[in-house]
Amino acid sequence: MTSVLLAASGGPEVTVSETFSLILLAAAAAFTLFAVVLLYRVVRGPTTQDRIVAINVVGTNTVIVIALVSVALGEYGYLDVALVYGLLNFVMSIAVSKITVEWGGVL
Amino acid sequence: MTPIEILATVFVVVGTFFGFVATVGIIRLPGLYARLHAASKSDTLGSVLSLAGIALVLGVTTESLKLVFLLVFLFVTSPTAAHAIARAAKEEGIEPIGEDARLGDEEGEP
Repeated sequence: MTSVLLAASGGPEVTVSETFSLILLAAAAAFTLFAVVLLYRVVRGPTTQDRIVAINVVGTNTVIVIALVSVALGEYGYLDVALVYGLLNFVMSIAVSKITVEWGGVL
Repeated sequence: MTPIEILATVFVVVGTFFGFVATVGIIRLPGLYARLHAASKSDTLGSVLSLAGIALVLGVTTESLKLVFLLVFLFVTSPTAAHAIARAAKEEGIEPIGEDARLGDEEGEP
């Protein structure tokens, strides 16, 4: 019953091969590793803007990881999560870069 | 592995390479503006290539349409965010490195 409901709830009839799924998961692992390495710049970065740049790239990496895992596992509902995360990431970057200028050295 | 999956693999691997380039640039380059240069261009290209690779596999479906929306959105917003950050840094008075070594400034030096 559950499988019938899941099949009825959407998703394309595309099935990727197991090799390609493993390649996508390896790419997702690589992007996760890049995000962890970028935390060095977030902690150390001399200026606030250095930290914002690094956090922005970490957010972009997160969007890509969500999209890759979504296709690799066949869970296409995760693509909506990736879209919303991309929107929030953009708003965060713009807001923080404006606030640090107008409020003067808050962060 | 169908041929379209091999093509998508090439896209995803090249996208991962550009993500690696962006990471090395942000960690290693000196100065904020040099790091912004690495972050905005390499990271945009890496994310767009990766998402294009997996959109190729899904064919013409609603899911690939969502991926194309995400791709176009990242392609527009990532340089915009980098521009906003660079402008904030300029307004806070952060100077680029090597400022005194530049050529042809106001005093007419070579």
